[in-house]
Amino acid sequence: MTSETNVASEPGAKSEGKTHTNSTFMRVFRYSLLRLFSMMITVTIGVYLTILIANMGGYVDTIMRNEIRDNTTQAILANPNYRSLSTEAKAELIQTKIATEERRLGLDQPFAVRSVKYLSNALTLNLGRAINMKSDQGSKEVRLILLERLPATLLLTGSSSLILFFASVYMALSLSRKYGSFWDKMIIAFSPTSAAPPWFYGIFLILIFAAIFKVLPFGGLVDSPSPDNPFEYGLSVLKHLILPATSVIISSIFLSIYNWRTFFLIYSSEDYVEMAKAKGLSERDIERRYILRPTLPTIITNFALLVITLWTGFTITETVFLWPGLGITLFRAIGFYDTPVIVGSTIIYAYLLAITVFLLDFVYALVDPRVKVSSGGGGSQ
Amino acid sequence: MTVLKNSIRDLLRYPSAILGSVIILFLLGVTVYALVTIPYSEAIRLWRGGEDVWYQNPKYAAPAWFNLFSTTKKPVSFAVNTSDGSMLKTITPSSDPNISTVDITYTFDYAYDSVPQELIIYFTSQYKEKLSFVSVSWITPDGRTIRIADLAANSKLTLRFSQDQKLQKRLKTEDVMEAIFADPNSVTQAPLKGRYQLVIAGTTFEKDATIDAEFVLHGELFGTAGTDKYRRDLLLPLLYGTPIALAFGLLAALGTSLLTMVIAAAGTWYGGWLDELIQRITEVNLVLPFLAILIMVGTFYSRSIWLMLGVTILLSIFSGSIKTYRSIFMQSKESSYIEAARAYGASNSRIIFSYLIPRMIPLLIPALVSSVPGFVFLEASLAVLGLGDPVLPTWGKVINDAFADGALYQGRYYWVLEPAILLMITGFGFAMLGFALDRVFNPRLRDI
Repeated sequence: MTSETNVASEPGAKSEGKTHTNSTFMRVFRYSLLRLFSMMITVTIGVYLTILIANMGGYVDTIMRNEIRDNTTQAILANPNYRSLSTEAKAELIQTKIATEERRLGLDQPFAVRSVKYLSNALTLNLGRAINMKSDQGSKEVRLILLERLPATLLLTGSSSLILFFASVYMALSLSRKYGSFWDKMIIAFSPTSAAPPWFYGIFLILIFAAIFKVLPFGGLVDSPSPDNPFEYGLSVLKHLILPATSVIISSIFLSIYNWRTFFLIYSSEDYVEMAKAKGLSERDIERRYILRPTLPTIITNFALLVITLWTGFTITETVFLWPGLGITLFRAIGFYDTPVIVGSTIIYAYLLAITVFLLDFVYALVDPRVKVSSGGGGSQ
Repeated sequence: MTVLKNSIRDLLRYPSAILGSVIILFLLGVTVYALVTIPYSEAIRLWRGGEDVWYQNPKYAAPAWFNLFSTTKKPVSFAVNTSDGSMLKTITPSSDPNISTVDITYTFDYAYDSVPQELIIYFTSQYKEKLSFVSVSWITPDGRTIRIADLAANSKLTLRFSQDQKLQKRLKTEDVMEAIFADPNSVTQAPLKGRYQLVIAGTTFEKDATIDAEFVLHGELFGTAGTDKYRRDLLLPLLYGTPIALAFGLLAALGTSLLTMVIAAAGTWYGGWLDELIQRITEVNLVLPFLAILIMVGTFYSRSIWLMLGVTILLSIFSGSIKTYRSIFMQSKESSYIEAARAYGASNSRIIFSYLIPRMIPLLIPALVSSVPGFVFLEASLAVLGLGDPVLPTWGKVINDAFADGALYQGRYYWVLEPAILLMITGFGFAMLGFALDRVFNPRLRDI
């Protein structure tokens, strides 16, 4: 994540002709390995910070204690050997067992020691048990609750950001050709609309298409009851996807078209583009080989940054559309005051962000031949 | 000075700058108005008060100006009171010095196409031993008189027309509102339009006894902004939300951009481990989920708007813009005027604050203005998630209440749309101005 702006400010660098496929592979591989390593360190620090923030009021301790109490109580109550004991004796037994267990897990140790344990738990996604919430299968494991929600979030993020990306790059390219036209001015005039977040447009879309015209559903993932036929199921999901995805797209598209149009305009006045024009190359070739290719790293960086901002924004978009993803789980957890789920979602989000950044670096290395391990951590200057 | 003048002249060439400035000035006007007319404590009281503050208002009432756009006119709520003179009270002493009659009348025009939700009279009377007596009657436009109730008035007495069982029995219907507003010669349900009169004839039996009455009509429309589920007047959060939104947005934008700039300048100037550290923090900050951490802080510690503001600034300092600033500082670090300053022995802090940073102000201003809407919407987003400040009336809070109550499903659009439109206006105002400023101060964009 260090490379973007600096490298991109000089995109005219020569591509190195036909490099050997094997060496390209090695270059990308070594670079990715290094980035993966530094990313892991970054994530570890990020998750540790999250734990510090969460445990400032002893909240992670509480999560651990609850889990210990649940497990011990259940184990003793279910054990037939203890069935003959009186209620008081059982309670006493439970108390001593809990104390032993807490000592065993190190809850009596100073926080500095404990936090390392929490960190390893968090990094291995051992997120403890929820207080009130359950997964659809009825499990109270925070990890299961969250992982069950992940596909819905990925579907929404993936579909909307891909459409956003391709639509805005395509439109920006065609606008930069017709610079100063009516549509160009329209896009400029509309770009302040991107100040509002997706959920805000979501309200209006729900109002128009669900409440007034009643053509699209208010929210949710599928119709209820959900169709058995997988094809109909897919169609139903698609129908529910339209409004949330549209609200995400509307909230960013004008600004990103504007930004990329400006960017393309700046690069299409470079000398080598003029040269290509003078040679009489077709518009299409000029765009693809002389404008798009050298600016690709920057475009990818911007796209990834956009996805990163979208990630966190989905919490509210999902809530507004009752989209059963990670975001709405986090929202419900706030309502239930379910601390393990809140801490767990924060950690999962940190992972998602890190994966996004890593994928960006990977693609970046693929498209930018200058990125090498030797040029220092991530090609930063 | 001339630089400033030129910049302003350049700026005025952009219609979006003018529109944006007008919007921001309007919002500042609303801020001043809200803060002057409603003191902080009064705003909190009106927002958090409880039934005794909001009893006069109907539930779920749309704004009164809805009637202007509708062919069927819905009843607009009102409340009148003898103690402030909006309802007429005449006291006639009788021959006995202890007994006097109190006549309270209120005449009003009713020209709406449906009956109101409820009519309520709140009596307050003062006496030592002997209760005062009141009898309430209702005169319709066609001259009929309907006896409503005869009551002994305790110190506090509430008469709700539609829930009065004696009245229901007398009118032989459960629906009192229909009965007292009905047109006897018409088959339709439409109420009889015209001049209605409420007559309260009271008798006090002690020398210093008094009777006061408050007459409240709960219609379907209320005031300029309508009311919510708890009968709260929405005008209050709409007005008072403006200073809060602006304060949050401006302070967060100012704090973030200034701190980012100072940190970037210091990092570039000193270089070495400090610069390295800042870059690493930026990388870690990128994988910290911003909203999730804010949610964590809001749930675990406090929902106070000022704590949220602090955490927001802290998490936004080390963002992508620190890199942009860094690369620009890198260039200006090498320029000759910095070398000159170094040569005459200027201190490090002098170079950073007097030479490096001032050069960046043209870049800072557009970035600052453009980042305001993001923070305004962030505050609203937190409120929509239920993490708004528990005490303050804000726009986001209204949207949150409306969503929690399913306002969109039940067709109470005004409840969501009013704060949403204000948010939109604020966001667009700053965005448009920031946009124009960017084009004026950023020469690379000027020709494009």
